[in-house]
Amino acid sequence: MPSKPPVWTWEVPAYLFAGGAAGAAAVIAGAAHFAHADPGLVLTARIVAAIGAVVSPVLLVSDLGRPQRFLYMLRVFKPQSTMSVGAWTLVVFTFATFAALALATPIGRALTGSTALTAAADMLGIFTGLVLATYTGVLLGATAIPVWAANASYLPLHFAASSLGAAAGMIELAGRADTALHRIGLAAALMETVALAVMEIDWRGGHQTLPSGVGRQMIRVGHVFTGLLALVLRLATARWPAARALAGVAAIGGSLVNRMGWMASGRASALQDRSQ
Amino acid sequence: MTTRTTGFFTDSTTCIGCKACEVACKEWNQVPSDGYQWTGNSYDNTGALGHSTWRHVRFVEGVRGGQPSWDFSSDVCKHCEHAGCLEACPTGAIVRTEFGGVFIQPDICNGCGYCVVSCPFGVVDRRPDDGRAFKCTFCYDRQKVGLAPACATACPTQSIQFGDLEELRAQAARRAATLHARGMDDVIVYDPRESSVGGIHAIFLVRGRLDDFGLPANPVMPTTLLARAWTSAGLAAIALLGVVVFAF
Repeated sequence: MPSKPPVWTWEVPAYLFAGGAAGAAAVIAGAAHFAHADPGLVLTARIVAAIGAVVSPVLLVSDLGRPQRFLYMLRVFKPQSTMSVGAWTLVVFTFATFAALALATPIGRALTGSTALTAAADMLGIFTGLVLATYTGVLLGATAIPVWAANASYLPLHFAASSLGAAAGMIELAGRADTALHRIGLAAALMETVALAVMEIDWRGGHQTLPSGVGRQMIRVGHVFTGLLALVLRLATARWPAARALAGVAAIGGSLVNRMGWMASGRASALQDRSQ
Repeated sequence: MTTRTTGFFTDSTTCIGCKACEVACKEWNQVPSDGYQWTGNSYDNTGALGHSTWRHVRFVEGVRGGQPSWDFSSDVCKHCEHAGCLEACPTGAIVRTEFGGVFIQPDICNGCGYCVVSCPFGVVDRRPDDGRAFKCTFCYDRQKVGLAPACATACPTQSIQFGDLEELRAQAARRAATLHARGMDDVIVYDPRESSVGGIHAIFLVRGRLDDFGLPANPVMPTTLLARAWTSAGLAAIALLGVVVFAF
């Protein structure tokens, strides 16, 4: 199929990274709250989610061809437009993360007098966070770009796993050393390692859907960072505690490189397709 | 005036490659210049359909029956029955007109760029300096007042025909039958009604391989991938939540 390469600038892959990590952080914050985990962890996770909830819309608006018309995203709600679903989800997500943060402050608690609203905000944060961490795979997958369409089933799983690893890493780097975060990081790294192995086998078998070039190499490096490297560093933490922070850095960096790689591959795939 | 479903029938066997359609389109729609690049590809210095090219005369060089062949075909937005760009548009800027065409309302488009990657024909494009997405309007303004689109009006050989879609389909079939009878057995009518785009409003008649004319044999409407992708997203969300809940 002849297809046009994406016109998106660096802000979009950066958003895919930031939005996904923020979404996963909100899920961690909500789960930590309901599991009665350390309040410090809940607060840190909420702050990470809230920072992501501010950065994400800024990135998205600045990529628009007409940024002053960003509110037009909310003219209609179209379930069949993944971009529309994402825009609405992001708005609700930003509202939920800030509500959770505000309601948990002493002033918020004094004003509302109950924890029910905080719980509701956390529930909303978990739900929209789950959508945010996964829908970007649908956003790229359900398009006419050959390499994205060929990976329509894979991208949501891959983005969810790498978002989760990045979120755990961010909360850890913000000063938390909870065992739960380590377990989450371990699970995310394991999923990405499996993905890397499957992808390598696929390449060796010649069933490659990814066009060769810088994009493919970035995806490869990204998977090594979010998968194998993060996994090894997590496992080394028992003997070498400093490895934990490095595992977080690997998960965060890999997650960003992965998304930039998918964007570059999409561009290459569209151009390759057109020249046939 | 009763509204009818209109269409284009572009017959490459009568196209002489004069590019009057490109010029007429640019003039009527005030489409900016797309520069003066020499592509080195036949007489085609337009390249491809894009934000500032809504008609594009494709030059196809080849060999037919031991002789060099030189075919021309004026490409245009297909105005799909199920349009990827229209479904993808988050603002509702892209609409279906009363004539059945697909139209981007320039006062609504915010330049998100999602239609660009959602068109299975690679037609829609975002204009960098303007920021909005553009493509053939099917001369919606002209059709509104009962005029034919500028390209069809300017075409000196009636290679581009405009009219009632069903009549054009019948006409294309008749033309193909005539050419087949004359021994041109490589004539194909391009009208992918069986594909997920569900038919197009700009049909073509070409000789040889569809690929040479940039016409995909089976264009895929991207929303057909939604079920698969959202199922995967649902599973991913369950797995993500499971991991987090289990970790605490």
